[in-house]
Amino acid sequence: MKQLPAEYYQLMEQLQAVDFVLVELTLYLDTHHNDLEAIHQFNHYVKEKKRIKKLFESQFGPLQQFGNSYSGYPWSWDDTPWPWQV
Amino acid sequence: MWIYEKKLQYPVRVSTCNPTLAKYLIEQYGGADGELAAALRYLNQRYTIPDKVIGLLTDIGTEEFAHLEMIATMVYKLTKDATPEQLKAAGLGEHYANHDGALFYQNAAGSPWTATYIQAKGDPIADLYEDIAAEEKARATYQWLIDLSDDPDLNDSLRFLREREIIHAQRFREAVEILKEEWDTKKVF
Amino acid sequence: MYTHLKFYHPFVSSFDPCKPILEKKYSTPPHLYIGFQPPNLPQFSPFEALKAGTLWKDFYDPWFNTYEKQMGGVLP
Repeated sequence: MKQLPAEYYQLMEQLQAVDFVLVELTLYLDTHHNDLEAIHQFNHYVKEKKRIKKLFESQFGPLQQFGNSYSGYPWSWDDTPWPWQV
Repeated sequence: MWIYEKKLQYPVRVSTCNPTLAKYLIEQYGGADGELAAALRYLNQRYTIPDKVIGLLTDIGTEEFAHLEMIATMVYKLTKDATPEQLKAAGLGEHYANHDGALFYQNAAGSPWTATYIQAKGDPIADLYEDIAAEEKARATYQWLIDLSDDPDLNDSLRFLREREIIHAQRFREAVEILKEEWDTKKVF
Repeated sequence: MYTHLKFYHPFVSSFDPCKPILEKKYSTPPHLYIGFQPPNLPQFSPFEALKAGTLWKDFYDPWFNTYEKQMGGVLP
């Protein structure tokens, strides 16, 4: 049986936290186009998201496909686990 | 287009194998105020809403699909490996007869999802007021689900989803305010 | 203490068969009072925000069932 290491859950939660800030700021900016400080904060977390996504993917494979993530060899995008299985 | 991300919006854990809770939760999967209805409502209304709020409807509609996946995950985990006897004892015998352990877009009483749950009136205020009401109804549903549940891990995720309804309602209210402002208005004197 | 929970006391008849609930409550979450969100509202940290379900402290209004309330409720 394939077991996931603790780092999977830790890194995933780091990504979920940063991505959640980005979701919240996106909805906020949809109704507050001119909040410069919020836009600075948004761009800061975009950078942070890229960093964590890269780190996660280097250990656990691509998070997105259709070309939004690089692929290693062999193709592992459709490997388990899927999000509802973990 | 949409890009799938292999990640839940919020970590979902459940404490026990509990098909009874899954039966209740299906309300938010395929019920009138559930996540499927929410996603399809907003993503359909956006084609005929003023440009200023299309982005908001697109983004909230997209987030609803992430919530749909969270609900599916809860149902999946609460019923995974449950025996037909356990499902029968939870009142899911009828479900098992038709679907085995598969998920189905239906409400807690077993009525299949229907497009009559959602409206697109073409009038921006009417549509946004429906959206605000939908968020408040979904918030209330999460309250009653938390009241019914004795699973602390599940309630943690349900509280997250309930709080999202509050934020979405807030943004839809702001959208109404934006549409009340004068912009691009053809003035007739 | 101010709360977003509101209470009312419904009429109780001596012919009501179920044990009466003397006090009923309903939720009036913070967004009903805030209006258009002003800039620079205090925020949670990213991890706290994920746990709370919102980035902004002023919108945080969690719901706990009776059992959880007896256990003190869990705040981020």
